[in-house]
Amino acid sequence: MPDMIEKTAPAGENAIPAQRGTAAEAKAEKPRSLGLDAWHDLRKRPVFVISAVLIVLLVLFAIAPSLFTSVDPRAGDLRNHYLTKPNYLHFFQGDWFGYDGQGRSIYARMIYGARASVVVGICVTAGVTVLGGLLGMIAGYYGGWVDTIVSRFTDMVFGIPLLLGALVILNAFQVRTVWSVVFALVVLGWTQMTRVMRGSVITVKQSDYVTAAKALGAGTGRIMFKHILPNAIAPVIVVATIALGGYIATEATLSFLGIGLQDPTISWGIDINSAQKVIRQAPFALFFPAGMLSVTVLAFIMLGDAVRDALDPKLR
Amino acid sequence: MTTALEKTTAAKDRPVPGTPLLEVRDLHVEFKTRDGVAKAVNGVNYSVAAGETLAVLGESGSGKSVTAQTIMGILDMPPGRITSGEILFRGQDMLKMSGEERRKIRGRKIAMIFQDALSSLNPVLSVGYQLGEMFRVHQGLSKKEAKAKAIELMDRVRIPAAAQRVNDYPHQFSGGMRQRIMIAMALALEPDLIIADEPTTALDVTVQAQVMDLLAELQAEYHMGLILITHDLGVVADVADKIAVMYAGRIVETAPVHDLYANPAHPYTEGLLRSIPRLDQKGEELYAIKGLPPNLYKVPAGCAFNPRCDAATDLCRTESPALHQVTDRDGAELAGRKSACHFWKETLHG
Repeated sequence: MPDMIEKTAPAGENAIPAQRGTAAEAKAEKPRSLGLDAWHDLRKRPVFVISAVLIVLLVLFAIAPSLFTSVDPRAGDLRNHYLTKPNYLHFFQGDWFGYDGQGRSIYARMIYGARASVVVGICVTAGVTVLGGLLGMIAGYYGGWVDTIVSRFTDMVFGIPLLLGALVILNAFQVRTVWSVVFALVVLGWTQMTRVMRGSVITVKQSDYVTAAKALGAGTGRIMFKHILPNAIAPVIVVATIALGGYIATEATLSFLGIGLQDPTISWGIDINSAQKVIRQAPFALFFPAGMLSVTVLAFIMLGDAVRDALDPKLR
Repeated sequence: MTTALEKTTAAKDRPVPGTPLLEVRDLHVEFKTRDGVAKAVNGVNYSVAAGETLAVLGESGSGKSVTAQTIMGILDMPPGRITSGEILFRGQDMLKMSGEERRKIRGRKIAMIFQDALSSLNPVLSVGYQLGEMFRVHQGLSKKEAKAKAIELMDRVRIPAAAQRVNDYPHQFSGGMRQRIMIAMALALEPDLIIADEPTTALDVTVQAQVMDLLAELQAEYHMGLILITHDLGVVADVADKIAVMYAGRIVETAPVHDLYANPAHPYTEGLLRSIPRLDQKGEELYAIKGLPPNLYKVPAGCAFNPRCDAATDLCRTESPALHQVTDRDGAELAGRKSACHFWKETLHG
């Protein structure tokens, strides 16, 4: 991801004068698909560039945390307890932000905590997009009683409050890992995607090119996935990108409430929970995981906004 | 370049020109809506032979497109419903076939060209992909072979620099070029019959002529049957062999094209021909058929055209006319000429 941005950025600068050239020059350019067009558009948006850099950094934290810290985030040394050692002394020793109540490096935990958040965010988004998208496609394409059943079922699940539902589901797990949190959020979160996809498919289904494909002998599967899906997916991508930040926040909320991830998994939510009891003595212990969480959610929401602007021709 | 295409032509069992290809018999189609039942097609009969061009002429709402959609099997059902009739394709009733059997006919045996080429081409797929899709789906060719065939087809319909433009997207082509691509898609598998639903309506006049010429030329080359649906009398005159005029879901007159222009046997056809602007009418007011096309929810009793007809009598208001065989003054049957008017004799000879 970071390589891609760095490599394509100079190419983009070269491409701009070509675009402003004559019509003949423009014609000589390679034809652009919608996706390529959106990419060209996105590259010029500061909101996209900032959020993309932040997300790349987060993903790097998640993949290779040891690149950023050599400290074991689970190693607690009570000699380092925030009450025994003044905070500013650690700054020059690599443990920049001090230690928490169990003498563990706050900085290291902040880096390592990205993994749970990123994995939950990405996996839940992928899950709800596939599950919800498929159901929405079926409901929108077939219509009639199929649509009625799928839509009413969606409404029922949609009615379950996310947090309450997740509490109930996660309580059923003896040991809660990242995957149980992903499972709970997918089970409760797909409804939004189904609704978006269904509406989008209904619009696209009525297009002449779908009728034309049918008239030229394309089968149901081909019509659904080759002709309708690429035209209907844009709003789903937008909603999914924005929702990704929300899923990360929900995971942190659940972990904060003690019903999400458990020690020894490192999660910003767990750290926020343990830090909130000592907020007056050690505010920094709360500030860093909470700040990371906010920045992460913000980055994904910004990305979603930028993607929406790029994919939605009406907003151009 | 054309060798591969020629090979497939030879391999295919092609109907001998002149043999009946498609026959629509007493087709009835209606739409159930909130406002009631709209009878869009009320007993249509027509037939096309291999190598022949049938023009189906009619105003908006006369049922010409619905008939075509029913033949293709792309009618939205519901709300549409085929209440009775037969559609025989090379002797087999397509309405009795399974969905899968019909799908195999679509594209391979019968193909369709749509009115608006821009909206009929998928905006997110390249033209070459969409053309090649025909070969991949129906003949199982590889991506590379399909692309080569797509370029060949684009050459066929005279798209300049086909090899360079094969990866372009539909919006990068002009209207006439897009319609050529639609024609190429319909032609891809060399079907026996092509249904063209107002293929030139969205184009300007010079491009219209080019596209019609191309269509006529390719039809002659492949000996295809062609059903040309249009409301433009000018388009029809040059290319069609015979004409079927539709009104309120019925055929009101069929005739070989020149006979119809020379001497119509139905007051509606007469009115249509009189409404064409002519150079020698300079300064005069254009003729228009009075009244409006019928409301399909309540088609008038008797002859559907009676409220708009100058010659209507009480008979026309009560009894629906049959499709009469038309004869000349001596009583000899005129080949292929039929009229659904009680007073066809007066219209034709009077």
